[in-house]
Parts: sequence; structure tokens; C-alpha cells
Amino acid sequence: MNAPVRTARLRLPRPLLLLGLLGLALLVAPAFVGSYALSVLILILYSAYTGQAWNIMMGFAGQLSLGHALYVGVGAYAAAALFVHYGIGPWAGMWAAMLAAMLAGGLIGYLAFRFGISGVYFALLTIAFAEFTRIGFDHITWIGGSAGYFLPVKQRTSSDLLDLRGAPAMFYYVMLALAALAMAVCKALLSSRTGYYWLAIREDPEAAQALGINTFRYKMIAVVISAAMTSLAGVFFAFYYNNLFPEQVFNIGRSIEIILGPIFGGLGTLFGPIAGAIVLTLLGESLRSATSALGWEVPGLELLIYGACLLLVVMFLPNGIWPPVSRWLGIKSRHLKGGE
Amino acid sequence: MERLLDVRGITKSFTGLKAVAGVSFGVAPGEIVALIGPNGAGKTTLFNVAAGVYRPDEGQVTLGGERIDGLRPDQVCQAGLGRTFQNARPFAGISVLDNVLVGALRRDGSVRAARKRAEATVERLGLWPKRFEPASTLTLPDRKRLEVARALASSPRILLLDEVMAGLRPTETDQMVALFRELNAQEGLTILLIEHVMRAVMALSRHIVVLHHGEVIKEGAPDEVVRDPAVLECYLGEEAL
Repeated sequence: MNAPVRTARLRLPRPLLLLGLLGLALLVAPAFVGSYALSVLILILYSAYTGQAWNIMMGFAGQLSLGHALYVGVGAYAAAALFVHYGIGPWAGMWAAMLAAMLAGGLIGYLAFRFGISGVYFALLTIAFAEFTRIGFDHITWIGGSAGYFLPVKQRTSSDLLDLRGAPAMFYYVMLALAALAMAVCKALLSSRTGYYWLAIREDPEAAQALGINTFRYKMIAVVISAAMTSLAGVFFAFYYNNLFPEQVFNIGRSIEIILGPIFGGLGTLFGPIAGAIVLTLLGESLRSATSALGWEVPGLELLIYGACLLLVVMFLPNGIWPPVSRWLGIKSRHLKGGE
Repeated sequence: MERLLDVRGITKSFTGLKAVAGVSFGVAPGEIVALIGPNGAGKTTLFNVAAGVYRPDEGQVTLGGERIDGLRPDQVCQAGLGRTFQNARPFAGISVLDNVLVGALRRDGSVRAARKRAEATVERLGLWPKRFEPASTLTLPDRKRLEVARALASSPRILLLDEVMAGLRPTETDQMVALFRELNAQEGLTILLIEHVMRAVMALSRHIVVLHHGEVIKEGAPDEVVRDPAVLECYLGEEAL
């Protein structure tokens, strides 16, 4: 019994070291990169964050949500409306955003889990809710309706962190903090009772219930936490882009974007959403610049190649890219799905 | 006799077919009772009623004096009834140890304490060398062991075993029997088992209940039951003792 404990201790610093190096590189990055690279980094962090939040539902608790754009949108509109109408800043507004998203997630979860809706039917329900929220928001003129909702933008010389108005570097650090926080939250959740119960529910709900797990309660916890986290991405989205259109924010394409990273990276793993966000964002950006640099003016070509890459990963690495990468880095991960 | 598990007048039908009809029996604390009978006799249905999977049409089930019929499976487990599934249902994507840890969390306040007890249980079931393997890689006998380990780790007052010996080799069956005897003797674990392997039934149980067509046709001490003409007729006739 002693040997494995000792080796575990020897192994421990390695992921921490790698994480520390990554964190350090990300901390100093704005000093060394241009504005385009910085915007790509923000995209990566944003995608890692939303992927992490979605992964709680699908990767941990096994509930497939294809409507996570709903929580992004609800969070974005809640914080933006409070800011524009009442001058309430995002740091206060984010609590309202989270509350609104938790109510939305709680409602969907209650309807689905109380009546035993799961699998693809649950996924359809999440799409339906996101879609009719999109249509509904088109008609709420108080927040712009289909014409869009705009946050006031002013030329300024300094960044205003309190109102989240200012230079890209400020947004970068906010997003970095959010992504790091999400990672820490997921790590803590995964090693908690709740995390173990989620994995059990994901693997076999009936067997989980036979072991005393109130599956309804723990699925509700998953959807509510995931919705709350996702809504913060929405708050960021609103203040970063300064414009919101229901057509775009609640679009199903947005929901798909959220889920690609963790699936590509490795469902149910802590680093999967990060790895997926890095590779997919870089792939998308480089394909765009490569096709235009090569003068291949075929509309949608980069999307075609992008799709082919996704296909290859799904075919050859059905558990995502993180499990093999982690082995290559010499990190022994706990056996989650695809730990093999 | 004071009963830990008391099944009284249970009837359960599925769209007209009476799977279980007015079944009553009891399990005393510290006792090992076997439920035998031909396929389709209603044994697993009865188990599922006791475990909260089905609500009985009639009758009641009590555990330690408290009604448990009609409760959800997780509530029945919280009340102290642990069960295994006839077809082992491991949490395939997580490690053997984590499987057992999930069971241990019912009783333990912290993950750390649950891990400790999960480790002890895994070792006891002979799964120690495979504790970090994903459960999906286990062979059938190991899956059966994991099924038992997981239920055992939840520290049940009574353990319901649904054909855990099926598919095991005779030596493996003997090991499993020895383990249950030990748990019963040392920790006073009460066991109700469904079993076709008569070698295990005879070695373990002090009391046998025979079901046929959803009804109890005989119950009593093992040597008395296996000589009963009706039991021989419907079930044991072809069975080599």
C-alpha cells in the first residue's frame, strides 16, 4: 500500500509545474504580443471558460445540453440592461446575471429531470428553450429587441475596471482570471462528493440511485452551477463586444461552439476544455489567414478543412486530444471517461 | 422472531401478468436467506420491489420496522438496503476504486474517509491490483466482485445479492461464499440472495424461500427444502446437487 502513495507524491508536481508555466506565460503574454494575438488569446480563454462550464453538465454529470447559448445570452442581457438602464456595473450585475441563468437552468432541469427526460430528448429540450428565448428577446424592446442592444462606448485614456470599460489587455486579464477560476472550481467539484456522484450518474443513473444517490438533486445541482458559470461568460461578452443581438447571442451555432472545445479536448477531463479551446481557436484562426494568404478564394473552404480536422479527431481520438497529450506529458490522470 | 426485513403480502403485476402474488417472508438480523426458484418465478421482481425500483400493487415491505415500499431506490439505500444487479452494472468509465468510493460515500462524511473504506473493501474483494483500472476493463468475475464491493462499501444493514455467483468458476464461487460467511460471522451482515448456484445456496443460507409462478411454494431449512417433492418437481429436479 505504500508504494503507490509514494509514487503519487512524486508525480504530483508535474501537472502543477506545467500549469504554473502555462499560467506564467499567460500572465506576461500581453506585454509581448500584438493586438491581434491578444484578441485570439481572449477567444481561447473565453472558449476554455465556457467549455469548462458546459463540461460540468456533459462531461461530469452526463447531461447533454445543446442550448448553453441561452445562459450566455441571459447573463449578457441581464448585466447589460442593469448597466444601461440603471448604471449598475458588471461586478454587481453579474450576480443578477447568475441568478437569472440559474433560474433558467433550474426550470429546464426541473422540467426534464422531474419527468425523466434524458439523453437526446433532454438535448432537444435545451435547444427548444434557447430557441424560444431567442425569439422572445427579439420582441423585448426594453433591451433593444431584434434591432440589437448597445452598451455606451467612449474614447478613454485609461481602463475602468469597475465598469469594465477599457483596453483589450484589461479584458484579457479578466478572462484569464475567469478561466483560472473555472478550472479551480471544476477541480474542487470533481474531487468532492458531488463530483463523484455526477460521475456515477453519468455512467449509470440506475446503479447510482441504488447506491443512495438522489439523482434528481445532483442533476439539478449540475445544471444550476453550469448555468451560473456560463452566464458570467455572457457578462463578459456584453462588455467586451458592447453589442447584443438575440439572433447572434442565442444562436444554436453559439451553443455548438461552446461544446466543440470540451469534446475535441476530452469530455469530463479538467484540461480537455482548455486543450480543445487552444487547438480549435488556433486552427480556426490560422485556417482563415492561411486560405487568404494562399489566395484560395473559395467561400467556406476553411470551414471545410476545420470540419475535416474535427472528423479526424472524432475518428482516431474518440476521447479527445487531452488523454494522449497528458500521457505524452507524463501526467497520470484519474480514470475519468476516456482515461484509457 | 424479530425481522430486519419483512416482506408482507407483496403483489406486483405487469400489464395483467402477475409476476409476484401475495409473497410474504422475513429475514432476521444476522441471517442469510436464499430466494430460489425457476426462471420467471418472480425473484428479481421481488428484489426490485424491496429495493424501490417498483412500487408494489399490494402489500408492504419494512426494514427495521420502517416502511420502505414505495420509496425511491436512493431512499431505500439510505434506509440501509444495499443491492447488486443481476447483470453487473459497473460505472464503466471510472476506476475500480472510484466505483467503490461512490458506494462508500453513503456512510462517510468526507471523500477522504470514503476513499479509505473503499480501499479496504477493494482489497477485501481481491480487486486491489486493479484498483486504478477503469471498470470497463474488468472480466466478468471481477465485475461481479466490484458489484459486491460497491454495495458493501455503502455499509448496508442488509445486502441483497442478485445472482452474484452466476458465471463464476467453482473455486471463485467458493471464495465468494467464504467472504460472505466471514462478513456474516464477523460483522453480522444480513444477506438475502437470489441464486441458482445450489453449491453456494447450500453453503451459505440458513433459510431458503422457494418461489414458483410468483408464489412461495416452500420455505424452511436448506436440507428440508431440497428434499421437498414440490421443489424437486418445479426446480431442483434437473439440478445436480
